[in-house]
Amino acid sequence: MAELETHEFDVLVIGAGGAGLRAAIEAHARGARTAIVCKSLLGKAHTVMAEGGVAAALGTVYPEDNWEVHFRDTMRGGKMLNNWRMAQLHAQEAPERVYELEEWGAVWDRTDDGRILQRDFGGHRFARLAHVGDRTGLELIRTLQQHAVAERIDVFMECTVLRLLTDGERVAGAVAYRRENGAFVVFWAKAVVLATGGIGKAYKITSNSWEYTGDGHALALWAGADLIDMEFVQFHPTGMVWPPSVRGILVTEGVRGDGGVLKNAQGERFMFRYIPDMFRSETADTEEEADRWYDDKSVRRTPDLLPRDEVARAINSEIKEGRGTEHGGVFLDIASRRPAESIKRKLPGMYHQFKQLADVDITREPMEIGPTCHYMMGGVRVDAETAAATVPGVFAAGEVAAGLHGSNRLGGNSLSDLLVFGRRAGMAAADYASGFEGGPALDQAEIDRVAAAALEPFERDRGENPYAIQHDLEECMHNLVGIIRTEVELKQALDEIATLRERAGRTAVEGNRQFNPGWHLALDLDPMLTVSECITRAALERRESRGGHTRDDYPTLDPEFGKLNVRVRRNGDGDGVVVDQIPLPEMPADLRALFEEKKP
Amino acid sequence: MNTVTMSVWRGGREDGGFRDYRVEAEEGEVVLDVIHRIQATQSGDLAVRWNCKAGRCGSCSAEINGVPRLLCMTRMNLFPEGQPITVAPIRAFPIVRDLVTDVSFNYEMARRVPAFAPRPKDPETESDGHYRMQQQDIERVQEFRRCIECFLCQNVCHVIRDPHDTGRAFAGPRFFVRYAELEMHPLDTSDRRELLRRRMGLGLCNITKCCTEVCPEDIHITDNAIIPLKERVADQSYDPIRWLARKLRRGEPDESSAEPAEKVPPPAPD
Repeated sequence: MAELETHEFDVLVIGAGGAGLRAAIEAHARGARTAIVCKSLLGKAHTVMAEGGVAAALGTVYPEDNWEVHFRDTMRGGKMLNNWRMAQLHAQEAPERVYELEEWGAVWDRTDDGRILQRDFGGHRFARLAHVGDRTGLELIRTLQQHAVAERIDVFMECTVLRLLTDGERVAGAVAYRRENGAFVVFWAKAVVLATGGIGKAYKITSNSWEYTGDGHALALWAGADLIDMEFVQFHPTGMVWPPSVRGILVTEGVRGDGGVLKNAQGERFMFRYIPDMFRSETADTEEEADRWYDDKSVRRTPDLLPRDEVARAINSEIKEGRGTEHGGVFLDIASRRPAESIKRKLPGMYHQFKQLADVDITREPMEIGPTCHYMMGGVRVDAETAAATVPGVFAAGEVAAGLHGSNRLGGNSLSDLLVFGRRAGMAAADYASGFEGGPALDQAEIDRVAAAALEPFERDRGENPYAIQHDLEECMHNLVGIIRTEVELKQALDEIATLRERAGRTAVEGNRQFNPGWHLALDLDPMLTVSECITRAALERRESRGGHTRDDYPTLDPEFGKLNVRVRRNGDGDGVVVDQIPLPEMPADLRALFEEKKP
Repeated sequence: MNTVTMSVWRGGREDGGFRDYRVEAEEGEVVLDVIHRIQATQSGDLAVRWNCKAGRCGSCSAEINGVPRLLCMTRMNLFPEGQPITVAPIRAFPIVRDLVTDVSFNYEMARRVPAFAPRPKDPETESDGHYRMQQQDIERVQEFRRCIECFLCQNVCHVIRDPHDTGRAFAGPRFFVRYAELEMHPLDTSDRRELLRRRMGLGLCNITKCCTEVCPEDIHITDNAIIPLKERVADQSYDPIRWLARKLRRGEPDESSAEPAEKVPPPAPD
């Protein structure tokens, strides 16, 4: 194969959302030669879609908030399956990371005394989300982007990584292609930070963009790293449902944080019927108490703001039992509860989105909403302190990493995750890279093999349409590996994924290598199918219901499964995956005590 | 479901042309949905940028029936039934292929913006190490920070479009919004007015408001960003004491017109 464009760096960061940018900024600050490679233009990554806020116990609105309360909320939200050390570091460091963004130019909404304002969100005991209206993700990515640009960090935009390269033991770099012209690029790097986000494009109804094809999950797996918690996929309770073209687009939890309530088609506030035992002592059981809670934190919180897994399941049941709306959702009503001006001021994006896309004025009418695939709790198994994966030189931060959120993520904990662990990954990657001279040799044969395989879809005159395969995969995952799962359906999904895998080996694309979305999608099918198989196999292994994983055939929490993570790895031949169980790290006694004192 | 005719630009600026597609459109769909259906069923290689599909990322800018818009926020029912809908790439930048343009000019301009430089904290009122700002003092800055970088304002700006101006230093409305944001940021300490006057071509803008009209975020680009910037620059430029100080200090040419001291690469050979 002809000479390829080649670059050499100490630290290569894959992904330019919040985690990738924060990692790159930190690695660069520690003197590592650092580059970012990303699939879209800079500033367009999925972080931009985050609406509600960044969870951090700043205590500006409720001085009684502190990292211990945030830690406790996070662990309970994740049904105690979280990596306790990650949850601790996250709660301790999030406030510093939020203030740091202010030093870099972020302009948060303010309290009356000029400090950073915080809003209520599901599963958080106190108003804890620093925010900018309902466009917090945009503020976060723009601040990090502008800081990274000012620091002159190299960015390779519209460039997709196909494979990580290893020397058999540790990472050596990555091979990628430029979307604009299809040319291959080789990155020689001592350390690689995966910050590629999630997997949502494997599902039919999703709040995720085309970029969310599980690239980092698959790259890590193929390179020999462990994945854990892959069965835990978060369905956000409130996605748009009508008209069909907007189905799945996110409606921020901030609507409920700011006073909105869920109602079924009969007008009933049904969440009071779905309060689980775990949260009963701290959840209001009358409408009167629930409504008081917004201004008076001495009473118990509204069940509309239970963790997302609980709310999504409740909505699912209401619809299944025939109390859904005309278009198969339920109502989210803020119009009858808050003045129009306040809705427009606090939720301008939502007002605009419904008005423009659905002809609904949310200050006058309720919204129709339903669950949408939103977030992947599972991913690369990492060391809590360093974000190091199990392959030397590979680090992972943000959605692609697993552990912090356990079986269910609380709203607002994603943006703080990006900042806390993005920084830690960048720091550790830079330190790792400075630890040795030169780098491992690149495997030219592997580079040639990856490049040749990527070009195969051009060589077939007739073959499968990649768009059709993706469509069928979305149907399969939605119907068989969705919110509610059973062994029979999961096994059927595995068969279907195998068939889709065969079809994906026969794709044909038209046109040439210049900005060709059909070809790009044909290549994205590889990670998407790999990740879909991992999710399905992990879901089969976990024979209980917990957080973002509900088994109709094992409908309750099983304490034994509460002590372990399901792990997925590449098999010895590298042509499939193996699943096993590994023990969950055990929480030390001083932290355990936080859960024993029965706080209201 | 009804069938519509979409007339979509295929190819490059020189070798390209409109190609008609007959395609189904469902109730409530936006133009991007229909473009995606063309990709999935007729032309798999039709190039288009998009990400969020909710008007938040600013990737899918195009000209629909000649009007600059986001493909994801433009409903199909906006257009009269039975007439073809044309979809073309934005005009001010070179075409990569089909609906995708080379917007690197904007990323170059972003690199030239001197970074945010916050003041130190007040030891008395900010003794906890955290800044204090009042909501009313940041509202204008927050308006500017709504910008999703769709570059539609850059696209319609006649200074960027006009071949006569090609090669003259000109940041464009998106970056005047960015400069205004920094200039009005309560914590920022840098003064970027000289840069705006001499190297960013602020004077070339003659406030026709084309940029404001196309902004999908309703940022009042002209009234709230560009005009106040012009006023600040003028205040500084025409202050005789400052003028003298500048002369003595740097020996700079005295001109407040926008004759560039430094050329930037032409943004777009149209």
